[in-house]
This record gives sequence, C-alpha cells and structure tokens, in this order.
Amino acid sequence: MAEEVILLDFWPSLFGMRARIALREKGVEFDMREEDLSNKSPLLLKMNPVHKKIPVLIHNGKPVCESLIMVQYIDETWGPESPLLPSDPHERARAKFWADYVDKKIYPALRTIVGEAKEAAKNEYIECLKVLEGELGDKAYFGGERFGYVDVSLIPFYSWFYTLETLANFSIREECPKLVAWAKRCLQRESVAKSLPDQYKLYDFILSSRRRISLNK
Amino acid sequence: MGEELKLLGVWGSPFSRRVEIALKIKGVEYEYSEEDLFHNKSALLLEYNPVHKKIPVLVHNGKPIAESLVILEYIDETWKDSPLLPQDPYERAIARFWAKFLDEKCVPAVWKSCMSVGPEREKAQEEALEFLSTLEGELKGKKFFGGETVGFVDIVANFVGHWTGVLQEMAGVDILTEDKFPVLCKWAEEFQNCPVIKENLPPRDKLLAFFKAQRETITNFYKNKV
Repeated sequence: MAEEVILLDFWPSLFGMRARIALREKGVEFDMREEDLSNKSPLLLKMNPVHKKIPVLIHNGKPVCESLIMVQYIDETWGPESPLLPSDPHERARAKFWADYVDKKIYPALRTIVGEAKEAAKNEYIECLKVLEGELGDKAYFGGERFGYVDVSLIPFYSWFYTLETLANFSIREECPKLVAWAKRCLQRESVAKSLPDQYKLYDFILSSRRRISLNK
Repeated sequence: MGEELKLLGVWGSPFSRRVEIALKIKGVEYEYSEEDLFHNKSALLLEYNPVHKKIPVLVHNGKPIAESLVILEYIDETWKDSPLLPQDPYERAIARFWAKFLDEKCVPAVWKSCMSVGPEREKAQEEALEFLSTLEGELKGKKFFGGETVGFVDIVANFVGHWTGVLQEMAGVDILTEDKFPVLCKWAEEFQNCPVIKENLPPRDKLLAFFKAQRETITNFYKNKV
C-alpha cells in the first residue's frame, strides 16, 4: 500500500525545519506544501483545528501537530535502524529535557529580539545559548557521536543567526564558538542542508515582514 | 543491588502529584522529599535541576530527571507494567498533543483567571473557557482521556480535575461549571474517585486554605513563571 506523507509548512518556520530534517534523516518521501499564513488552506484548518498552525504532518490522512511531537512520531514510525532518540530511558529523558529547553527558552528569547531587539532580550538569548553550549561540551552532537533529537530541535535556529546578529548587533560565533562549530557540523548532513533556508533570504523576509507589520498598525 | 528512587516535590503542586500518581499506578516504591519553594530550596534540588531549579525532580539511582512530562514518559519506559501511554505511535502523538495543550494553554489560562487582576484576568477567563471547551470536545464519549482507564492525559489533566475547582472557589470565579462543561465535570468526579488518584491528591480543604492564605506570596512567586 502506498504511503502518503504530506507536510504543511512555511519555509522560514523553525518548527517546520525540524520536521523536514527528521523526515529526511529517515529517508521518507514527503510532499511539502507551502502554506500562505495570511490565507490558511482548508486542509490546514481541518487538520489542525485547535491551533491552526504549521507544521502539520499528515500521514495517510491522519494529522500530527506540534514539531517535537512530530519528530518523535517520525522516529517511532520510520527507520528504526537510525533512531533520533537514544534507547536508554535516562538518555531519552535527557534529550527530551533539552529539546523542551530550546522551546521554553531559546524560542521566546528569539521572538523578543525580533520584536524589540533590546539589550535585555539579546542577553537572555546569549545566556540560554551558553547553557546549551555547556550541555554540548566537547561532544560532536548533543547525544554524543550520533546526530539526534536535540540536534534536530536546535539546528533550525542556525538559519536565524544572521538575522539576530544583525538586528541586535552581536556575534554568536564570538559568544558561543562551540555551538557554531556544532552547527557547521550538522549542516554537512544532507537532511539539514536541504531543510534550512538561506540565512540572508530569511533576513530579508524578516525585514519585510516587520515593515509590513508596522505599516499595518 | 537496591534501586534508589527519590522524588523532590511539593505537596500542593499538580506537577509534583502527577509523578506520584504515575509511580503509584506502577506500584513503584520511592522516597519523597518535600521542598520549601518559597523560602529555601534544598541544595539537592539546586544540584539536580540547576537549569530550572524547579520541582518535581525524580532521582533514579543518582541520576536526575526534570520536567513533569519528561518524568512521566521516563517512568512509563522504565517500569513497563500498567502502561500510561498507548503503544501505537499515532495514539502516542495524540496523547502528547493533549498533554502539551493542557500545560501550555489550560493551566496558565485557568491560573491567571484565578490569580490575576484586571484586564489580564478577564482575558485569561475568556481563554480558559475556550480551552476547556476544546478539552471537553476531546473527551466526549470516553470515560477517561485514556479510554476505559486513567492514562497519560488524565494524569496530566490533574490540574483540571482537582486544582481548578479549588482555585476558582478561592477566587470567586466560575470557570469549570457543570452547566458549561458537563462532560469535563463528570470526568473530574470519576478522576477524583479513582482509588490511586484519590490517595494522591492533596486534601481539598487544605489546598483551599493554603491558596487563600498564601495568595499574595504565590502570585509574586509565580509572576512571569506561568
């Protein structure tokens, strides 16, 4: 029976990127459909009625929402020979903790920088990145030798580095060199390179969105 | 070699109680340590959860796990009897979705409905009604979120099942009422009457007295945290 995998997505979305990377890591063929968020498709509204947000993974007609939940679903459904999460329960818990940290701390700080670009927001962001850098240590990836769940959850944020550095006037490479080295390592993986948008294209997009938002006030 | 299992918690916290419910359902023995969150967090807590400095923290053979949802999944994976999450990956994704919805939407909205003032409270109340309505829709036709028996989502929904009633009484607001949410209210009753749950909920009158007396301290403590 043919499998149908659709990803409702939006190219600059950090969360969409996670799903793209996970699917590609598992070698899953999928139909990536770009949504116009100012004019959401009936399919999106039907498949994610609670939040009406992307990304949404639709597997044989059944929707999975929320990016980290999606990544876990992808991990549990496909490619058991190349797991994203470790098998040891404590290591799994650790991975889930750090992915949760990215969502709870890194993402809100990023939003604040884009919204206000204030000093406090920048400092919070850097501080949180440093915590993550501490967790990474001298390992190749967050889980050790293998690219895995926490890497998937965080690497999309790399595509936003140029935007944040320019908006808030700082250098992430200077503040977190190990993290930048880790990011470059991840980018050598085809799944990541294919799933992340160009940093400069993203910056242009953010600028024009902000302009549009302020014009519409 | 004996297994060492310790839970750092707080008697009145729904997050802490979730972990206790899960451990009790699994029939696992553990040592409990009450934390004084407002005045004096223990050195152990700061050592085991340096990132967030919050409870609950489960320490298993010296290794800590933090964040209640992460802990629940850890417990489910480590002790396989009486599974909390379904086996099927799709059903698991659905359960995780509702757990996240509860924690990110329902809990903050209900909390602010009761603990905030002014326009923030009003906005929170509107949201709380909307979110609870969504939850009620998900529950329709089932005895528990987990089906015939209490499961992952039911445990995570303990805040709705027990704390909401107490908070709304303390604040004098009507959020989770039978006329608005008959299904959810019936579920709450079933939930609270489950033997394992019943023994692991803080007594209602004690919780009410605590929230009444400590309202200001709590509001200040949780400002910007929920």
